[in-house]
Amino acid sequence: MSFELSSLMPALPEIFLAIAAMAFLMLGVFRKDDSTELLSWLGVAAMAVTGFLVLRGPDAAVTFSNLFIVNGFTSFAKILVLMGAGLTMLMINSWAKQAKTARFELPILVLFATLGMMMMISANDLISVYLGLELQSLSLYVLAAYHRDSIKSTEAGVKYFVLGALASGLLLYGSSLVYGFAGTTTFAGLAEAMRGGEPHIGVIVGIVFVIAGLAFKVSAVPFHMWTPDVYEGAPTPITAFFSVGPKIAALCLFLRVLVGPFEPMIEQWQQVIILISILSMLWGSFAAIVQKNIKRLMAYSSIGHVGYALVGLVVGNEEGARGLLFYLLIYLFMNIGTFAVILSMRVNGRYVEEISDLSGLAKTRPGMAMALGALMFSMAGIPPLAGFLGKFYIFVAAVNAGFVPLAIIGVLASVVGAFYYIRIVKVIYFDEPAAAFDKPDMVNGAIMALCSILMLVYFVAPSPLVNGAEAAARALFLG
Amino acid sequence: MTALSNFITGLPILSVITFLPLVGALFLLFVRGEAEVVARQARFVALWTTLLTFVISLFIWIGFEPGTADFQFVERLDWLPQYRIGYHMGVDGISMLFVILSTFLMPICILASWEAIEKQVREYMISFLILETMMVGMFCALDMVLFYVFFEGVLIPMFLIIGVWGGGRRVYSAFKFFLYTLTGSVLLLVAMLAMYFQVGTTDIPSLMQADFSRDMQYWLWLGMFASFAVKVPMWPVHTWLPDAHVDAPTAGSVILAGVLLKMGGYGFLRFSLPMLPEASEYFAPLVYTLSIIAIIYTSLVALVQSDMKKLIAYSSVAHMGYVTVGVFAANQQAIEGAIFQMLSHGVVSGALFLCVGVVYDRLHTREIDRYGGLANNMPKYAFAFMVFMLASVGLPGTAGFVGEFLVLTGVFQVNTWVALFAASGVILGATYMLFLYRRVVYGELTKADVKEMLDLDRREIAIFAPIIVVVMWMGVYPLPFLDVMSESVQALVSNYQADLKASGATEVTRLGGQLLAFLR
Repeated sequence: MSFELSSLMPALPEIFLAIAAMAFLMLGVFRKDDSTELLSWLGVAAMAVTGFLVLRGPDAAVTFSNLFIVNGFTSFAKILVLMGAGLTMLMINSWAKQAKTARFELPILVLFATLGMMMMISANDLISVYLGLELQSLSLYVLAAYHRDSIKSTEAGVKYFVLGALASGLLLYGSSLVYGFAGTTTFAGLAEAMRGGEPHIGVIVGIVFVIAGLAFKVSAVPFHMWTPDVYEGAPTPITAFFSVGPKIAALCLFLRVLVGPFEPMIEQWQQVIILISILSMLWGSFAAIVQKNIKRLMAYSSIGHVGYALVGLVVGNEEGARGLLFYLLIYLFMNIGTFAVILSMRVNGRYVEEISDLSGLAKTRPGMAMALGALMFSMAGIPPLAGFLGKFYIFVAAVNAGFVPLAIIGVLASVVGAFYYIRIVKVIYFDEPAAAFDKPDMVNGAIMALCSILMLVYFVAPSPLVNGAEAAARALFLG
Repeated sequence: MTALSNFITGLPILSVITFLPLVGALFLLFVRGEAEVVARQARFVALWTTLLTFVISLFIWIGFEPGTADFQFVERLDWLPQYRIGYHMGVDGISMLFVILSTFLMPICILASWEAIEKQVREYMISFLILETMMVGMFCALDMVLFYVFFEGVLIPMFLIIGVWGGGRRVYSAFKFFLYTLTGSVLLLVAMLAMYFQVGTTDIPSLMQADFSRDMQYWLWLGMFASFAVKVPMWPVHTWLPDAHVDAPTAGSVILAGVLLKMGGYGFLRFSLPMLPEASEYFAPLVYTLSIIAIIYTSLVALVQSDMKKLIAYSSVAHMGYVTVGVFAANQQAIEGAIFQMLSHGVVSGALFLCVGVVYDRLHTREIDRYGGLANNMPKYAFAFMVFMLASVGLPGTAGFVGEFLVLTGVFQVNTWVALFAASGVILGATYMLFLYRRVVYGELTKADVKEMLDLDRREIAIFAPIIVVVMWMGVYPLPFLDVMSESVQALVSNYQADLKASGATEVTRLGGQLLAFLR
């Protein structure tokens, strides 16, 4: 069997990112003076180049003996992940400089985690799923514990690692069961095996384990316990990174695994996903009400959002996939914008993260208050903000597929969710001012302005992005 | 004049009046300078924007063709083509007057807030301008999703208006308002999605032609009812209204009573009745029952209130009870009466809240007992208050009479008992309003601080004069209003009856019929 270098072209973005990250690592190790600043910017540049390569990549191709697939769907998801990672990287840089905790490993770990996510999205075999997932997870464990002198951060890292390892174990165990009963690990082969009549009970058990592992990665209830602690303990910009990139990658992987190889067994897995979706929506809404720490609140908020996104997965058709992808796109910007605000919560150079610290923000920093207000109303799904359209597409898909009770539970949960989002609006607009925040730095200011303006004006011309999500969803179901 | 009106009606006029306030709001965002200067400019920018919007909106009335039930001034753009959801605007005889009502009340609200609002004036004016965009857009929208966007979008500015510039338990009231309305609305959303799934479009005129199965209609109707009943508000989901009214700033109360409540009634007329005729007929007895409870019970509650705003808020619930009765009586007089009642209530209750605002600005209390004898030192105020009080009671010659009379006539043809109970509300209404007026305006002028209260100043006269003119005009010569709506209402009623006939609804299929059959 001859080997042609050009056959690896579909994986060019990943190869580039891997080489870049390793080269930066060498650079960091061997340069005498501190090179964090340089590496941070190089990291952002590397992501931009990777994004460019993804866009210029082939429309549909497989490589590495079918382990790796590229199509419209994977490109769309990778662009989302890269946007999320790139923006958070900027936030990480400005934070590291401010908090004087910069070390050159930081950007490199982010790069490796991003690489893992891209591998997950492009995985076309249970083995490559696992490889991508582990590359991502191991980088994230280290990132969570980045503040190694802080007990909270270390605890977050350890907790994340122990539970994450357990979840990886579940996933691996499930995969091995599936392999044992179906005889193959490739997605195409599995799809074929599943289509051949009544599936063996072992396969079903295996799928349930795979779902459990993936549900942990997207932090869906009841596999969500790590999320609030890790969100709270990890340094804030790292939390921002956790809340977008890995979520998006894992949800896309979820979608690919379930509507790809396991598509013939939709009746079996649909009920499981319905359950975790409902639980996530409800628990994400109710548990957030009592939170006092804004990072914990964001953790529950992300659990709730995952619940809504999973509704799109339940539907399991092209429309559902489109809804899910579109939701992720909106979620990405809502979340990044909100974290840019959280990162700007500094009083005399010290970071604060209680919700009560936001009191009266409208009087002390009106611009920031307006941005956060728009983001919160958007998260609550109030039209005409972009968050409404995200939910709208999800629920359209659900109702069209006949999941009306699920849609009703979803919209009612969103009312409960609205309560805690508008509670933040209440704190910033109605309450008496607390200590004024320092002026947000340029990066955070720009990001929060960008995201909130996007939320506000998005409804004017929603079509282009929806078309993108639609094309990606179509590609997913083509093969 | 004709050249000007031709030019204006040649514009996409509905979009212009919908988004003109938003332009004003954007402009305000960029005003810089001293707080004092910004506040002054914000007031003037808001006033001129809303006045201009009002003037332009009058051209809709001028250019409106009353001889047809079709939608007019229609605009259509692609918005979400992959879902066949469009930006589709237009007005007919039912919605046109509500647009005018909204644009008419808005400059009055700005003037009423001129001195009362001292903090964050710019933000306040921005909120009101956004609110106007949402309200006008809602009445013009001819696409369900677009309608929903505007319908819900109202919540954001109103939430802020109550919460930031309100008094008393403003936070509690703002949350109550927000969550009550949102809960109802999301069910409306699900109903809309289900209809969309069934018909494949969200275009309102097309949906009016669509047929839904009987079982489906029931569910859809209930979903919509959840939303519109909260907005109207109907008993027993009215409890957010007194709180919101009491704690909102004066202008917020005016808009709340004047326009926001009408969204519910408008929703019934635009969606429930034409799209779900069988369900509307089936549930009509339920609506009658709730409305009669609302009329009688909230009138009694109003009687014992010691807070002026709360009293008027409860009276709003009672007056909106006539509207819901009239809508579901579904004949020409009743529906015209319901629309007219909504318009007159919009103007009159708005004006009553302004009356409360006037004395509140002077004495900073709304307790009825703190006043008394105002007729002696505030004669102009006493006159204005009297006009609105009598209009609220429904005295012939004022706006309030026409609507109530038409509703009762229409309802009488459908159900005499309902008409009887509803009519008793008129008496109760007279009782609590006259009682209020006696305690506030008549009597001895004894309290020292009340003695020092000044009569209406020029700004306040400028606020009340146009409303008094409109109230009298609507009462003495209501024909221009009724002419505009009659074709559309007629089309609505005849389609409704034709649909019922086609579906072969019998006495027994009605909820009331079943009940009667059971009793027999």
